[in-house]
Amino acid sequence: MSRARAVNLLLFAMLPVTALVALALDEPFIITLATKAAILALAGVGLNIALGLGGLVSLGHAAFFGLGGYAMGILAHHAQTFTPLMEAPFLIEGTKSMPVIWLTAAIIGAIAALLIGALSLRTSGVYFIMITLAFGQMLYYFAISWPAYGGEDGLSIYVRNGFPGLNTLDPIQFFAIVFTLLAVVLFLAGRLAAAPFGLALAAARQNPERVETVGLSPYRLRLLAFVISGAITALAGTLFADLNRFVSPTMLSWHMSGEIMIFVILGGVGRLYGPVAGAALFILLEHILGGLSDFWHVYLGLLLLLVVLFARGGMIGALAGREVAHD
Amino acid sequence: MSFLTLEGIEAFYGPSQALFGVDLQLNEGEVCALMGRNGMGKSSTIKVICRLLRHSAGQVQFDGKDMAALPPHKAAQAGLGLVPEGRRCFPNLTVQENLIAAARPGPWDVSAVTRLFPRLAERRDQSAASLSGGEQQMLSLGRALMTNPRLLLLDEATEGLAPVVRQEIWAAIRQLKAETGMAILLVDKSLAELRQVADHAVILERGSNVWSGAMTALTAEVADRYLGV
Repeated sequence: MSRARAVNLLLFAMLPVTALVALALDEPFIITLATKAAILALAGVGLNIALGLGGLVSLGHAAFFGLGGYAMGILAHHAQTFTPLMEAPFLIEGTKSMPVIWLTAAIIGAIAALLIGALSLRTSGVYFIMITLAFGQMLYYFAISWPAYGGEDGLSIYVRNGFPGLNTLDPIQFFAIVFTLLAVVLFLAGRLAAAPFGLALAAARQNPERVETVGLSPYRLRLLAFVISGAITALAGTLFADLNRFVSPTMLSWHMSGEIMIFVILGGVGRLYGPVAGAALFILLEHILGGLSDFWHVYLGLLLLLVVLFARGGMIGALAGREVAHD
Repeated sequence: MSFLTLEGIEAFYGPSQALFGVDLQLNEGEVCALMGRNGMGKSSTIKVICRLLRHSAGQVQFDGKDMAALPPHKAAQAGLGLVPEGRRCFPNLTVQENLIAAARPGPWDVSAVTRLFPRLAERRDQSAASLSGGEQQMLSLGRALMTNPRLLLLDEATEGLAPVVRQEIWAAIRQLKAETGMAILLVDKSLAELRQVADHAVILERGSNVWSGAMTALTAEVADRYLGV
């Protein structure tokens, strides 16, 4: 077994082992932390497809994360208040069913990414960063000024949404749902990276002109990557809102975009399991250092600085070496 | 109408004019050598054909289709396969990944390419950046073949390579001509090798045609006048 594979396997096992140990020790809070890490890792896997594979530095991914959260919040809000979401031209009811909410959120995230990407991918570099940031902030301010769904105060959901056959209020069962989704998305993201599409996307990052001469459009490759990325990030947003049973404009703010990007960089940009390592480290630091000081972000900043300066492949790069060719 | 026709092509890099009315015709199954000293417009002509450089006057037609409005990726989809000057593989992808990333349906697949260049099979899982110059050139040619082109354009494919490797590349080009009947447009300085493979030649000087004709008609005197140092 290669070192990279062993590190990936270790990282993958880390979250369920933590959750099971916490279950044995009767520490539901630790299970919730592991669930949060898995959800943020899922958001990171989404961003990593755009950032790591496609080289698209998006500072607007909170838009998709927040849209996923609001998709959950709005559907669940209408279900718990027994009011229809829409009556004309056709009736749309709210729902508390997780699979329906996930599908809705992923579609909304994909459509939003298609619209945002279609415009912003016509630019590159700092202009791309600024346009994605602008779209994210537009949605953030829209959510703040939308009183129907809580405005600045956000929207609370009284009971966690349901999944057939499972008690989602039980922390370990909810963790199992989240972790299974993470595993499925990781598997699909790995297949995507090794498929001709993923390879062409990586090639477009390295030399877009050369990709054009083999008959591929870098714009279309990037747009499709951005759409897939948006859908996965929206799915993560739905789970995050479900975990907290609360959604607010904070999920749409550029701070959130920055946080997702930070743990992708911490774990290793372009590494499949990078977001898992980064999100776990982020939660660990938040929990340990956050208990010691309100200014724990200073230490996070220092760590980020060290990773960027001395460990270009992030944590996974430092642990596994440069065995993955796509960095 | 020829398979590839260039008529009166003029092109600029910003304010500097590079091509001053280039004409070129290539029929299906033919190999044409595009020659000239350095800076005479050979690579610019290749770029115009592949739509990497827009022409300001003249006409480019490939298989009866006007190429003027096409972006580079559409031109490649129409059947143009470019082996660029300086190789330019995707350095962080492996040999196999470089080939798969470019793949389009057709007879050329990874096994066909590795039959042509067995050395690529040995290096299959190595990153392109770790290959020697000759191996990168083989990969670059293999990548162009993976797009299953109908016209292969090779821009200085043997430039800067060791003599042994150059012979391997030339052998592959001769094999392509003999076995596939693929139309090939070659830019190279090795006159002796070009004489073995090309059916006819076009010589450019300062962005214009100065000679064109059958390869057998290219005398030592013409070569001295237009290609000599």
